[in-house]
Amino acid sequence: MIAVRRPRTLAGWINATFRHWSLLPAVILFAALTAYPAVDLARMSVSTITWQGAQDFWTFTPRRNFEALMSDPSLSAAVVNTLVFVAAAVVVEMVLGLALALLVGRMVRGKGAMRTIMIVPILVPAVAIGSMFKLMYNYDFGLFNQALAVVGLGPVSWLGSPSLALWSVVIVDIWHWTPFVFLIMFAAVEGLPQDVIEAGHVDGASPWQLLRYVTLPLLMPALTVAFLFRSILAFKAFDEVYLLTGGGPGTSSELLSLHLYRVFFEQNQLGYGALLSVLTMVAILTALALGRRVARKVRR
Amino acid sequence: MTGWVLVVLALCVVVGPFLWIFMTSFKTQIDILSGAWAFTPTLDAYADVLLSKRSDFGHAVYTSAIVATASTAIVLVIGTLAAYSLYRFAWPRWVTAGFLGWTLALHMIPVITLVGPWYLIFKELGLYDTRTALVLTHVTINLPMAVWLMMAFMRTLPPEIEEAAVVDGCSPVQAFLRVTLPLLVPGFIATGVLTFIFSWNDFAIALALTSQQNATVPVVVSKFANDYEVLHAQMAASSVLATLPALVLMFIGQRFIVQGLTMGAVK
Repeated sequence: MIAVRRPRTLAGWINATFRHWSLLPAVILFAALTAYPAVDLARMSVSTITWQGAQDFWTFTPRRNFEALMSDPSLSAAVVNTLVFVAAAVVVEMVLGLALALLVGRMVRGKGAMRTIMIVPILVPAVAIGSMFKLMYNYDFGLFNQALAVVGLGPVSWLGSPSLALWSVVIVDIWHWTPFVFLIMFAAVEGLPQDVIEAGHVDGASPWQLLRYVTLPLLMPALTVAFLFRSILAFKAFDEVYLLTGGGPGTSSELLSLHLYRVFFEQNQLGYGALLSVLTMVAILTALALGRRVARKVRR
Repeated sequence: MTGWVLVVLALCVVVGPFLWIFMTSFKTQIDILSGAWAFTPTLDAYADVLLSKRSDFGHAVYTSAIVATASTAIVLVIGTLAAYSLYRFAWPRWVTAGFLGWTLALHMIPVITLVGPWYLIFKELGLYDTRTALVLTHVTINLPMAVWLMMAFMRTLPPEIEEAAVVDGCSPVQAFLRVTLPLLVPGFIATGVLTFIFSWNDFAIALALTSQQNATVPVVVSKFANDYEVLHAQMAASSVLATLPALVLMFIGQRFIVQGLTMGAVK
């Protein structure tokens, strides 16, 4: 038995409670800036908030916010666009990122340089990328239309045409985030056990069979992680679409985050915005919980 | 051989836009509109972005630098302490799982969902459009990543080192400060560089929680792209300038960043 002595000195007390005070700042911060706002959000979602100067006044109007939800003209477009955006962008990024990682993994020289260059798009401000592509998509002088003109095709209104705007945003997201998938998959490819692949080779497997039955299964954990990360991040997309199209023309490239921002800060509907936020959070966390259960079943 | 061709093609696709924008930022408006490839480079756009009265870029750089530096420092301190507490001490399962689960959930949801209540709270506290509000929120959104990364780096240390220090008479706090912290320097670099860049790059929060006075670099860049839509060279120049800090930091901390970005994913 070890007798627990009460510390007598300040230093002794600091040491005895080290475990607690080291975690405390983070807990306080999360309580103040995430837990409390989450409660606030729930209260806001059943209220209407009006301003008189800097003073805010709350009235309890749950029905009104619900009706705003039901009659929101661009909400369904935002949800559908977001799902299309996430699905299209993530699938293409996964395929390209994996392919590139496998290709670079086979290179003898230049791996390090390749990796360095591929980090750049990830770390550049998304706003700067939006701004860059807005110029490249420009109808009159943009790089894309200049390239089309070389092969004799007419100028395309990349951001101005309702049927194309969302896809133009998808292209930017693919450009921005394929390198991220590449980095994760490249680290995984470099960590592949060479003897297993060698053994498959000796046993006479074709390159395609090696990829399908040896390499891909070994890469599955990393693929899953990359897929999850990308899906979550793509769902949050805001900066680029705000800059490129602002959700337009009409609602043709409206995404959920952008819509939320608009409801909050352009339509000044803090109450309805809060209701939408709560629903978004619930939807994401439910999808995640379901996804985890499915993943567990698959693994068994 | 086809492999090489494809890799080179991928490189061109990644680097091309940067080069084109870099080129555009040195053009005059006339050269841009005519789509010229041969032109006399000029620094007019940079001068306009950095020095003209209508541009807030200079002030935004000052704001962004302060906010990103302060956020990074606070995130490193709070995040390292929290990670160490969870890694080193025998917390009941619900504490560890609860804390990490909360950070995970926070990382999943779009930040815009929290910006509404933040806006209200900071208005009530008189902190709307202040650097304090930006620092507090940037610390909050970067803390999850910092805790995970620091925990991952801590797990790579052999526990015997600290045990030996305690046997030699170090108190727990001394063992942490004198033995563990110095070994975590790569973790600090990775976490610090990533936090600084993410804080510098943040657009959604800064857009919602600031107006004129404390607009950050991304907010000003977006103004060039949306409000003064015809100033194409300035758009390009402001994008190039906004990208510089990330590029510089990246080349300094490259090795550690790669480790940071891929660490959680592969292990």
